[in-house]
Amino acid sequence: MMTLKAFEFKRGDTIIHRLDPRVKFLLSISFLALSFIYSNLVMLLIFLLTIIPLFYFAKSLENYLKSLKGALLFIILVSALNYFVSGLYLALTITLRLILLMSSFSIFFMTTYPEDFALMLVNIGVPYDFALTLTMSIRFVPTLAREAQIIIDAQRSRGLELEKGNFMVKLKNYIPILVPLIVNALRRSMSVAEAMESRAFGASPKRSSLVELSFKREDYIALLIIVFFTTIMLLLKFYFHIEDSLNLYLFFTG
Amino acid sequence: MAIIEVKDLSYKYPGSSKYALRDISLNIDEGEFVVITGPSGCGKTTLCRCFNGLIPHFYGGEFIGDVIVNGMSVKNTPITILSKYVGMVFQDPESQLFSLNVEREVAFGLENLGLDREEIRFRVNEVLELMGISHLRNRAPFELSGGEQQKVALAACLAMRPKILVLDEPTSHLDPVSAYSLLNLLNELKNKLKLTVVIVEHRLEALVAVCDKLIIMNEGKIVFNEDSKTVFSKENINSIKGIGIGIPKVVELYHNLLNSGFTLRNIPLSPKMFKEYLLEVVRK
Amino acid sequence: MIEVHDLWFYYDSNPVLKGVSLEINSGEIVAIMGENGAGKTTLIKHFNGLLKPKRGYVKVFGIDTRYATVAQLSRRVGLVFQNPDHQLFAETVEEEVSFALKNFGFPKEVISERVERVLKLLDLYDLKDRSPFTLSGGERRRVTIASVLCYDPDIIIFDEPTVGQDYMQKEKLAQLIKLLHTRSKTVIVVTHDVEFVAENFPRVILLSSGRIIADGSTRKILTDEDLMKKANLVLPQVTQIAYLLHEFGIPKDLLLVHEIRDSILKIFAGEKL
Repeated sequence: MMTLKAFEFKRGDTIIHRLDPRVKFLLSISFLALSFIYSNLVMLLIFLLTIIPLFYFAKSLENYLKSLKGALLFIILVSALNYFVSGLYLALTITLRLILLMSSFSIFFMTTYPEDFALMLVNIGVPYDFALTLTMSIRFVPTLAREAQIIIDAQRSRGLELEKGNFMVKLKNYIPILVPLIVNALRRSMSVAEAMESRAFGASPKRSSLVELSFKREDYIALLIIVFFTTIMLLLKFYFHIEDSLNLYLFFTG
Repeated sequence: MAIIEVKDLSYKYPGSSKYALRDISLNIDEGEFVVITGPSGCGKTTLCRCFNGLIPHFYGGEFIGDVIVNGMSVKNTPITILSKYVGMVFQDPESQLFSLNVEREVAFGLENLGLDREEIRFRVNEVLELMGISHLRNRAPFELSGGEQQKVALAACLAMRPKILVLDEPTSHLDPVSAYSLLNLLNELKNKLKLTVVIVEHRLEALVAVCDKLIIMNEGKIVFNEDSKTVFSKENINSIKGIGIGIPKVVELYHNLLNSGFTLRNIPLSPKMFKEYLLEVVRK
Repeated sequence: MIEVHDLWFYYDSNPVLKGVSLEINSGEIVAIMGENGAGKTTLIKHFNGLLKPKRGYVKVFGIDTRYATVAQLSRRVGLVFQNPDHQLFAETVEEEVSFALKNFGFPKEVISERVERVLKLLDLYDLKDRSPFTLSGGERRRVTIASVLCYDPDIIIFDEPTVGQDYMQKEKLAQLIKLLHTRSKTVIVVTHDVEFVAENFPRVILLSSGRIIADGSTRKILTDEDLMKKANLVLPQVTQIAYLLHEFGIPKDLLLVHEIRDSILKIFAGEKL
């Protein structure tokens, strides 16, 4: 559950929050691309260390670290699997890549209003309805999390013990949790749809918006930095073959 | 002038064997404050949904008869048009607030209507000011208390400048003080904005003194449609009790005294009114 | 039976309960009231171990809740949650009601006997093969109550049972509480419905901002204007009338219609006649 916090929007008025979502999205995509283009451990680590300060500036560092902790089990699982299949180096590389993946989108979602995310999607041509579905889902994640907790409490109060039993028993025990959760989610979606219709949803084919996405000075600067950084990294990889040099260095220093 | 006319309305939800509404006819005049009440399952929520077109357009089902709202036939007018004239506030605050920011929530309906940005901004500011919640502008709706949330929902409706406001058990999840606060605000707004208000409620204490008409439903039919004093009169009180409505204690007291031979001039609908009528009798 | 001593509880770093102490004895019927956010639900979750104290302790039947599991405590403390839809999951009403009995390890014959008994008690027997999701709101609520009553806990707690309920449903609830009382059960109800409490509960515990600001006779507490204001509650309507007529000799601490009627007749009937 804690891992979800990585993608939960947390309000704030930091420099990262104020950046245009398109710029932040470009940041996420760039890091995503770089984390796949590169397979060198040192480089991947450098990328991660570049992203982490951004969380600090977004005042979301605590939530980010908490969510990493939550995902720890999954991360360890993946590492272990890869360790046994391909050895330590590759295991570490893949683990780091996983973390980078998560982090590069985490910074986006943690600092962007879901509605701005929708605006961005519409801006690049995604139909409004689709963008809305996405942002609604995001908006209701904390609600669902809260409901899940209530449901767990209610069923535990009827003697349900989630910790006991073997794997099959444990799985079966989640039915009394999942069924109410899903049924309520469906019910809620009807209520939400009702409320939206009652506020003239779909009235005008050309929907206007209170907020408008526009680039400010900080956005241009950030854009420049991202493009510059990514270009340098691409050059280092494909022109200067830095990975080979690093590997050679590591090889020689054992 | 009737702003809502219900003509021989019967309605069955899809897949249901029972009629939720049976032969309902009623008129609501412009500017009236109407309370609809009745035991659970009597059809009051269903009737509400007919006022802005959710029934029949969103729910489907079998819709017999018609409802004319502001001169428009509900059967033949889409919700997108009806919702410009009829604002609806629902019971559960959580399901009717979809934004992460009060300002944007209030703007949602206006954005749907395609109004231009300046107009939207103006109306949002206006309604936040009117409701006294400007200070909540940048807060996330789910951070707010239940009472504040319902005020936001109300603001989001009022921004669209409807002529009619329909509220379905809006105080259900609120504590008594927030409930009274919301209802008082509603009354003020009704007068200021010259709205017609239809509210479905179980808790009648706060409403019977201010409403123009009290409509009591039971099993899909309208049983009473009068002003509060007539509804609670001696002739009607026993059938009201039989239906299972929560009669305000002050009305119960009136009837108790009546049965003991102590008669007040009229049926008091609030403690203040009770005192007034009591003193009248005593001073004679 | 329930002993709470200097209970403190925090959500993250926010204190929700600040040094709450109380005792509830066997067979009592108590209403816990207070504004939204006062800590009422947090408090009752300590009674069956869902929450453990951060400071202080809670003892239920002499057992310190910090050292018992929720399942162990729930066996004797039944908690009926506010929203039935947060619990219903089974294919039939019968299966739904048997859930707790199965979890607590009751033998099959006992389960079917108990389920039948409680369904009949709550007027649900005809619905036993129906899916809980097809029932009306009131019926669903009765199913969740049946799910708790069937395993016969000594203490039964209802969290906001009157929200959205019509008059008849509240009457039935009041009757059920009386019935449980005659069977020597301890009943605790969390609510902000003052009229319901005025009519059915002899004892009220008033919470405000995580602290108990009053604990005692319903009459004394619900007719105290300052206390009620502090707890964000309104006076019962009868009490409001009594306050307005106080200058004529009507006592302020009246709760019920027949009380104020008698008082009015005594004071005014003479003058009228």
